[in-house]
Amino acid sequence: MALQSLDITRRSATTTPSPSQRQTIEVAKLIDVTKCIGCKACQVACMEWNDTRDAVGANHGVLDNPTDLTENSWTVMRYAEVELEPGKLEWLIRKDGCMHCANPGCLKACPAPGAVVQYSNGIVDFHEENCIGCGYCITGCPFNIPRLSRKDSKVYKCTLCSDRVAAGLEPACVKTCPTGALVFGSKEAMLHHAEERIADLKSRGFAKAGVYDPKGVDGTHVIYVLHHADRPEIYSGLPKDPSIGAMVELWKGAAKPLASLALGAVAAGAFLHYVTKGPNEVSEEIEKEFEE
Amino acid sequence: MKRDPDKLDRYTAPERVNHWLVAFAFILLALSGLALFHPAFYPLSQLFGGGIWTRILHPFIGVALIFSFGSMFFRFRKLCVLTPADWEWLRHAREMMGGDDRNMPEAGKLNGGQKLLFWLLAACMTLLVLSGIVMWRAYFSFLFPPGVIRLAAVVHAATGAGMISLIMGHIYLAIWTKESIGAMLYGKVRRAWAKQHHPAWFREMTGGRK
Repeated sequence: MALQSLDITRRSATTTPSPSQRQTIEVAKLIDVTKCIGCKACQVACMEWNDTRDAVGANHGVLDNPTDLTENSWTVMRYAEVELEPGKLEWLIRKDGCMHCANPGCLKACPAPGAVVQYSNGIVDFHEENCIGCGYCITGCPFNIPRLSRKDSKVYKCTLCSDRVAAGLEPACVKTCPTGALVFGSKEAMLHHAEERIADLKSRGFAKAGVYDPKGVDGTHVIYVLHHADRPEIYSGLPKDPSIGAMVELWKGAAKPLASLALGAVAAGAFLHYVTKGPNEVSEEIEKEFEE
Repeated sequence: MKRDPDKLDRYTAPERVNHWLVAFAFILLALSGLALFHPAFYPLSQLFGGGIWTRILHPFIGVALIFSFGSMFFRFRKLCVLTPADWEWLRHAREMMGGDDRNMPEAGKLNGGQKLLFWLLAACMTLLVLSGIVMWRAYFSFLFPPGVIRLAAVVHAATGAGMISLIMGHIYLAIWTKESIGAMLYGKVRRAWAKQHHPAWFREMTGGRK
């Protein structure tokens, strides 16, 4: 969705400035898992607004449906049955989808100019018209979010309803949430709201309640309130300390200038060698031997 | 090329065709690979019909290279076995590059540098093929965990850059050593050239005659 174009902080595979004349307020979606009832209204709203439809799946004996994100399901509910203490079952429901990292691995990995953009409000958006279908964004994502479509070989994920947000609306999932587990606003306001929720949770016995806004990716624009913030991985594998990772940093960081310099140095070295030492020709002596 | 019965046969026609098929595939791979590697090289994707065609074609050209280099590998692998004399030649290579080839051990049909290049390219291509399969999103990536794909991306990029460097060196040495490109184009070399650059092979070909 390319409705906002004046407030782009970063474009993939681009070394020149992006259209960034307009500055917008940094936004965030807060997912309060402690209020979530797992009704999947957000999933439905997401498909309704974006007009995508997933294939009818099969029941796997659990509520997860679909069982994973797809190119049509940009958000899914994950249901974890966890026994932190023996005999004390906890049903931890998490809404999964793009986290809109401040330092996005997808954008860093993408080789196609402008296929991944980050707006000044923090939303990380895919511009599928520029996508070449290489899947590097999938390789770069620390949260395993983007999905490659078999139909058109383009990659899709949650846009945080960038089209709605651009028009001053909240994302469709937030609009539809019946329990107030989803809240949308400025990142500052969301962090403030989270603090209030955490104080309330702590007063009710959840000593480890906290906000999930991982610093390894410089924070995210989708943040969670978790009752067990010390163990995010029990929420269906929410990464404890996500980061772009050494391999991706090397691949898309140091390797690019170093390898380019190395190739330039080989070319320059060859040229200099030819100019200083001259060609390697058959010697006069041997030429004479064969002359007659 | 002037017809000259005195010239020595250096490469057969199938060997030459094979070499240039490998070269053609490699050049296309290097250009398309660079386009996907660094934004500075992205305009190269225009040579392939844009980014999407570059992404589609690059791995298939890779498959073409596997077969063409595979054929060349089996054609030349015995010829490329490195002997102690070759290692000795390599130790003196710097002197020769400096313009002094008086101390060079006599090279055979291929010199130590050419043989070493052959094995380095074979090693690079093995790594590129293995990592390339892991990175081929359309068909194979779903078989591998993210950590393996990330490692493959680094290996593919680093090996690719290494191999492009090797080939740039190879091309330069072919330009530097006059008449050697002709050998790979037409298959024949002058006797004087053979005696200058590959004396042991020259003797072998002429039965000790000058």
